[in-house]
Amino acid sequence: MAVKEMLRNVLHELKDPVLHMEGISKTFSSVTVLNNVKIELYPGEVHALMGENGAGKSTFMKILAGIHTPDDNGGQIYLKGKPILWKDPVEARNKGISVIHQELNLSPNLTISENILMGSVFPKNRLGLVKWEEVHNLAQKVLDQMGSNLNPRQLVSTLSVAQQQMVEIARALSFKAEVLIMDEPTASLTDKEIKKLFDIIGDLKKQGVSIVYISHRMEEIFKISNRFTVLRDGEWIASGPIEETNPDHLVKLMVGRDLKDLFNREKPSHPQANGQKAAPVLELRNISDNTIVKNVSLKLFPGEIVGLAGLVGAGRTELVRALFGVSNLKSGEILVGGASVKIQSPIDAIANGIAHVPESRKEQGLFLSMSVKENILMAELKKHSKSGIVSWKEVNAAADSYIKELNIKIASPEQQVSNLSGGNQQKVVIARWLSIAPKVLLLDEPTRGVDIGAKTEIHKIVSGLAEKGMAVLMISSELPEILGVSDRILVMSEGRITGELSREEATQEKIMYLATRGE
Amino acid sequence: MRGNTQTISQKPGFHIGNALNGLWNRLGMIMILILLCVVLSFTAPNFLDTANMLNVLKQVSIIAVLAAGMTIVILTGGIDLSVGSTVALSGVISVMASSAGVNPFVAMLSGVAVGYAVGLINGFFTAKTKLPAFIVTLGSFTYVRGLAYVISGGYPIVLQNETFKFVGGGAIFGIPTPIYIMLFVYVVMFFILKYTMFGRHIYAIGGNEEAARLTGIKVERSLINVYSISGLLAGLGGVVLAGRLYSGQPTAGQMYELDAIAAVILGGTSLTGGKGKIQGTIIGVLIMGVIGNGLTLMDVNFYWQLVVKGAVIVAAVLLDRLRGNSAA
Repeated sequence: MAVKEMLRNVLHELKDPVLHMEGISKTFSSVTVLNNVKIELYPGEVHALMGENGAGKSTFMKILAGIHTPDDNGGQIYLKGKPILWKDPVEARNKGISVIHQELNLSPNLTISENILMGSVFPKNRLGLVKWEEVHNLAQKVLDQMGSNLNPRQLVSTLSVAQQQMVEIARALSFKAEVLIMDEPTASLTDKEIKKLFDIIGDLKKQGVSIVYISHRMEEIFKISNRFTVLRDGEWIASGPIEETNPDHLVKLMVGRDLKDLFNREKPSHPQANGQKAAPVLELRNISDNTIVKNVSLKLFPGEIVGLAGLVGAGRTELVRALFGVSNLKSGEILVGGASVKIQSPIDAIANGIAHVPESRKEQGLFLSMSVKENILMAELKKHSKSGIVSWKEVNAAADSYIKELNIKIASPEQQVSNLSGGNQQKVVIARWLSIAPKVLLLDEPTRGVDIGAKTEIHKIVSGLAEKGMAVLMISSELPEILGVSDRILVMSEGRITGELSREEATQEKIMYLATRGE
Repeated sequence: MRGNTQTISQKPGFHIGNALNGLWNRLGMIMILILLCVVLSFTAPNFLDTANMLNVLKQVSIIAVLAAGMTIVILTGGIDLSVGSTVALSGVISVMASSAGVNPFVAMLSGVAVGYAVGLINGFFTAKTKLPAFIVTLGSFTYVRGLAYVISGGYPIVLQNETFKFVGGGAIFGIPTPIYIMLFVYVVMFFILKYTMFGRHIYAIGGNEEAARLTGIKVERSLINVYSISGLLAGLGGVVLAGRLYSGQPTAGQMYELDAIAAVILGGTSLTGGKGKIQGTIIGVLIMGVIGNGLTLMDVNFYWQLVVKGAVIVAAVLLDRLRGNSAA
């Protein structure tokens, strides 16, 4: 068998996989997220799990960890060759599968010991009281095993992010983990801390622990992994030893998607493309915020759609939120129509003609228990009111015209917005912003969770708005969308803009290259 | 193909079910009220007499005024525990002003203004410091009551002015004045909630505060106004109560905040905010009033009345929930 031969080169001795998953499929409310996906994990290896945002990595790993179960007849997990199925994460953990999630799951006001041993039974005396000495000793033992010098009596809230990660790992090890899933463990670590983490990973490998490593950072992948698996659109694409691939090849495997069926914007007509010299409607100069955004400068011209590409966590949403006044700027300057403006709240942004369709429409965009018409007109009730009293006649007329213009499919404008499909809900949010006639439209993942038909419609709407002279900045994690709609593309990575591509030169590979470019 | 996916994801008929659900919810409480009235008309002597009905309305009027303010506070997802104490402080101050020889209208206005000030402070801290409304108003629940004691010296202050007394104890065309005041408050509140920007913003903030902020709604200002109005109405309630009791009493209005909250909840307003109607609240107020009145007519002693009232609150809401859930 070819795979085993290849493996022989990687591992000192040929071992059977400690765990493998075959033909895993998972459907969420009739959307197929995983289709026939597989992976083999060998003892003492680091297995890089790669894929774009939304490729299905997290769902796949959640099935492995028992958080989700596969569909009926949706594949099988084998532990040491024996078919097995766990019902919940506790069962998976007891069988030796541990996860270190991207967001840490620690209780900050408890000690390191308690966090490490959480979920297991604490040693107790005859009265049923906890024997704290023994608890701390047990935790100390795990920490020693990792070569960590943390004091188990310390409160977790006093630890740095990296140290907290150590506690997470220690917790995983305390369950005698044979398979350890690490989801973007280095996302919030400094270089020094990463080095320390890699040392620990090295030790774990020697102890025969099999590690699934999810990361977008190519450099790390090639530094610590033995093998890789690539997923794309919920399908298994490739697996193999890391020596047999290179960053370019991996990127190609990750993005090689069919572009047909997707909206392709015709004749980009922004002034730059037509050789005109227009003034930028919006300019950012060296914007930094208090989280991740560092030194971002960009210009938006009337009539153009600029795609903002990057991986999840690259700081795109944070940039847009700072620009819209949701979060505060640390430094930098915002110019609207050439004049420097202070934007400290969404109210300021709106006054400057900036509109923002947020990332999650249900949590940040919609008033779910209110009617469609009120959702549309909520930002502009003032225009349809006289001394504070709303003219429902005017509101109804205005809502009707937006509903027609954007082709929002509803039973009646009085309908509760919560009963609409995702695509129609998103159109409602867009309609709200059209009502203020903005100069700049910020779109954050405008088609997430929207079916393909509505997606195309939204693309057409956005394109039409640009034609009319609006400047659009669109965040999207779907590369085909970015490529299909944008006039030019900015790529962000770790809070910075790492490159700009024109519509003509942009390819999925180039974007992914810029998006995975670390410091 | 595109059309198909749309209709599928829209779950046909679901919104109709939802509308029915809403109707049932409202009718549900009205039905409980009617049921109570029917039962009491047989068991309690003279329950249906016009005089008794007016008496019920008069008795609930002050709680009703407080509950109107409580409704908009709860609609924003907040709570106002200070209204009972504000009733006392407003009564004490307005009666003292009146005793000092101030024009009775100015005296009454001073009580309302005190309530407004308490609400303004509540609103300011809730909106600006992001402290939970429960904590902010728990604080004012205590300090406002304290102020009422401090200012009055702990004793009731007798009200002499006849005009002032008329507001609480008088009648126009045979109908007690407080009932007019209550009706006025509810009509205005209905109008505010349904026809003003401020009213619609209340629903928006309660439904999704983050979205409201991102939509450019002045969330903080709206919240301050909401608590101010609640305080103002508590001040008004205090004036009416003082007029009825012929005195400003530092112990007045104890537990009124809880009666008001109970009425709002009975009226179908969601404690998480964004959902509810002022019409519901008046039904809730009436349910509470009818129970109290009926039990008194039946000669049930006050202690047992409390027991029954508490049980009815939970039972009524539970019944309503069960009905709502089964319809959805």
